[in-house]
Amino acid sequence: MTMQNIGRPTRPEEAPVAEAGGEHRSLTGGRGLLQDEALLFELGGWSKTGVDFPPADHDAADLGDLIRTQPIGLPGLSEPEAVRHYVRLSQKNHAIDLALYPLGSCTMKHNPRLNEKMARLAGFSDLHPLQPQSTVQGALALMDRLAHWLKTLTGMPAVAMSPKAGAHGELCGLLAIRAAHEAKGDLARRRVLTPTSAHGTNPATAAFVGYAVTEIAQTPDGRVDLADLAAKLGPDVAAIMVTNPNTCGLFERDILEISRLTHEAGAYFYCDGANFNAIVGRVRPGDLGVDAMHINLHKTFSTPHGGGGPGAGPVVLCEALAPFAPAPWITHGDSGFALVEEARGPAAQALGRMSAFHGQMGMFVRAYAYMRSHGADGLRQVAEDAVLNANYVKASLSDIMSPAFPDGPCMHEALFDDAWLEGAGITTLDFAKAMIDEGFHPMTMYFPLVAHGAMLIEPTETESKQELDRFCRALRALAAAAKAGDVARFKGAPYLAPLRRLDETLAARKPRLTWRPEPTTVAPTPLAAE
Amino acid sequence: MRYLPLTPADRAEMLGVIGAATIDDLFVDVPAAARHADLFDLPLQAGELEVERELSALAARNRAAGAGPFFCGAGAYRHHVPASVDHLIQRSEFLTSYTPYQPEIAQGTLQVLFEFQTQVAALTGLDVANASMYDGSTACAEAVMMAQRVTRREKAILSGGLHPHYAATTQTIAHAEGMEIVRQAAAVDAEAAVLDAIDAETACVVVQTPNVFGVVTDVSRIAQAAHAAGALMIVVTTEAVAYGLLKSPGEMGADIAVAEGQSIGNGLNFGGPYLGLFAVREKLVRLMPGRLCGETLDADGRRGFVLTLSTREQHIRREKATSNICTNSGLCALAFTIHLSLLGEAGLRELALLNHSAARDLATAVAAVAGVEVLTSRFFNEIAVRVPGDAGALVEAMLADGVVAGVPFSRLDPAAGLDDVLLLAATETTTRDDIAALVSALRRRIGQ
Repeated sequence: MTMQNIGRPTRPEEAPVAEAGGEHRSLTGGRGLLQDEALLFELGGWSKTGVDFPPADHDAADLGDLIRTQPIGLPGLSEPEAVRHYVRLSQKNHAIDLALYPLGSCTMKHNPRLNEKMARLAGFSDLHPLQPQSTVQGALALMDRLAHWLKTLTGMPAVAMSPKAGAHGELCGLLAIRAAHEAKGDLARRRVLTPTSAHGTNPATAAFVGYAVTEIAQTPDGRVDLADLAAKLGPDVAAIMVTNPNTCGLFERDILEISRLTHEAGAYFYCDGANFNAIVGRVRPGDLGVDAMHINLHKTFSTPHGGGGPGAGPVVLCEALAPFAPAPWITHGDSGFALVEEARGPAAQALGRMSAFHGQMGMFVRAYAYMRSHGADGLRQVAEDAVLNANYVKASLSDIMSPAFPDGPCMHEALFDDAWLEGAGITTLDFAKAMIDEGFHPMTMYFPLVAHGAMLIEPTETESKQELDRFCRALRALAAAAKAGDVARFKGAPYLAPLRRLDETLAARKPRLTWRPEPTTVAPTPLAAE
Repeated sequence: MRYLPLTPADRAEMLGVIGAATIDDLFVDVPAAARHADLFDLPLQAGELEVERELSALAARNRAAGAGPFFCGAGAYRHHVPASVDHLIQRSEFLTSYTPYQPEIAQGTLQVLFEFQTQVAALTGLDVANASMYDGSTACAEAVMMAQRVTRREKAILSGGLHPHYAATTQTIAHAEGMEIVRQAAAVDAEAAVLDAIDAETACVVVQTPNVFGVVTDVSRIAQAAHAAGALMIVVTTEAVAYGLLKSPGEMGADIAVAEGQSIGNGLNFGGPYLGLFAVREKLVRLMPGRLCGETLDADGRRGFVLTLSTREQHIRREKATSNICTNSGLCALAFTIHLSLLGEAGLRELALLNHSAARDLATAVAAVAGVEVLTSRFFNEIAVRVPGDAGALVEAMLADGVVAGVPFSRLDPAAGLDDVLLLAATETTTRDDIAALVSALRRRIGQ
């Protein structure tokens, strides 16, 4: 592959003036409060810095030829310029703080600010992972309390805290399952079963651990096909990976039979806990026969998504898998909490180590503050309101859009297909982009794969009825426009976003993944070391 | 409950629209045996004040790094982060947005990632960086697995200077993919042993610089040997500030550079969340893990950014993906890029020099303590010293003097037989008084 390093306009003022925003055009291309913002590298700050330091007492002559002699190529900004750069950029993002963010399977709920404040207490944020354990007893106590809540809410006896996100938790769970099979001398299990509707991380994780992946068929009502599952289970199957509630937003009503069949075949039941928000406080996965499940603290327990991360993915484990949990873990003795960091001696069965330290402490503090705020009663209300809101959206749109599974209630998310758009000349993608012009983030599109042109809407419990009504009115208006043949409204959308529709094919065909100076400009000459 | 907007009247009205009599009707698919009518045995909801009181009490039971002389490093470093960084990352539009899958309304996050990728590529001296991994240790494991995809070989050689937790993480994760992980014995000058281990089955060589003992190494010769054998050179860095002063991995022949980025923009946070930096040579781009942001044009011909080359990723490729990674460390990457933008080239070099200068003072001071031997001759901001007896016991004893005297190596690798080795780091936050307190406590405890 060759990288395209040059050729496109890289300064905003050279780009064509947008036609969006009505007939009036500004003289410079400006659009009121919506500021265009050049790249950091185009702001001219090759010799600036926004941080003042005292002079160093020593030079680095002792490092001889290990010292960098070439310029790095980093621009700098004074503090006012930096603040303006990032504030301007921030204003080009949709956010849950702005409006409903109905991404199915992502649980975009309100992020309480108390949790941010708590995570920033110096007694949590300014702790080194390797300082003596006697100096971090409060931090270990918090991890232990969070673990207690997670175990109680899931009805599981053990939890591994160190996985850093959902997929990392899946990996941890499958490694524990593999270790458990190997400990029994059962080396013949080489396959993992997942439903067609599974998250992409499920088959990717199974393959990562060295398992072959076989798909389980789905029934017409959106659940695991028990007969197909029974037929595919056997002495070569290590585990099934099933999301419950599943990615169609439906509770697997045969879940007890699924776990019974799985266990009878000697396999483990890994549950993808991405949708735990729908049942938290009401249903315990442990009662459903689940052997391992990750919990996305950034979904159910409201730690902020931060534009893509960080997450946190503790994994609850059944009795049989608990001995294989990775280091470290917490024990409680006479002198307080202790962190067991090595898989040796009595802990020798541990599957190893998932990452350098103890997990996402900053996320633990936020999630624990969230749980304590809600309590057992509030968390139960979370699940109920999440499910109520999703069913309300489904009921409010069912006459004009086509629910993929119209019969019976959904759980925390409502799945529609694109049957209602047939003949309109408008795709799910077009419809989603038109939602942007109405001020909403699109729903999850084209996932799960089992619904044609899928539109998966997850409102979450932190939306008011007023906001849901506003959302449904917007979707109904758009749906009516689509059926009335107003194709241009959709095909050209979005018109009112900071940018019009972006050319993703171009981006992939000629990848341009780093900024490079244009050939006509003089290469920047950063300051040498003082 | 203050986070739940629905009123009882709303709920009743909504159930009516749905056509359900009670909320239980919506949970009808849950098997009867798994339905719980009662609340679970946990405390009930609490107001902000009560929650704040409980968490503040827990926080008060910890000794913050900034509370006194503090010398822990070994993969996590205490640096000063400008106030504007934490302010900016709490902007609603950054903090409460999702992965930028709808680029038209996520240009803020996407442009930040493009700038981040460019900064990381520049720091590492390589061509392309991804939009971040979970942390340095998991980035290291991913790099080793990537080497398997590139070379179609199974053996990875991990230098004994690699952080033992990075080695353990790589052993756990990469071994799962069927790789043979050769972990060399921990030693201050471990790099010398790497050359001899490279053979025709080697997929990659993993060397850390500065290594876990603080030793700065020029890995050029190892890179040449690796390349001659058809293997990839992976260079690991756990202290990203070192990039400001030292030769870059790319300059020394690295094919993949991975690093822990916590030092820039991010607090210690008891070990997480951090961010993994991951950069490669151009020809390896399509086999790399993680999200990538690329430049493109919108329908009006204006420049914009999108996530791209996603045919490598799990949501498209499923079991054929290059990694199972989905979530990255977006907000930590934002903090990193803001801090680095404030520093600029000049500021980063000054910061790196201040760190090195403080470590020189530290090394000189502890070398003068009878019984202490400095093992690291060429270092950036961290040194290993040999102390009489058990380093862990010494650190515990020195707590009574108000000094957190670094990380005993045995904490990282109890089986290495290096119980008398202590790792000490200094940064721009380390004062002369801190060093004096350390020296006086060392004298007191070693003299006992």
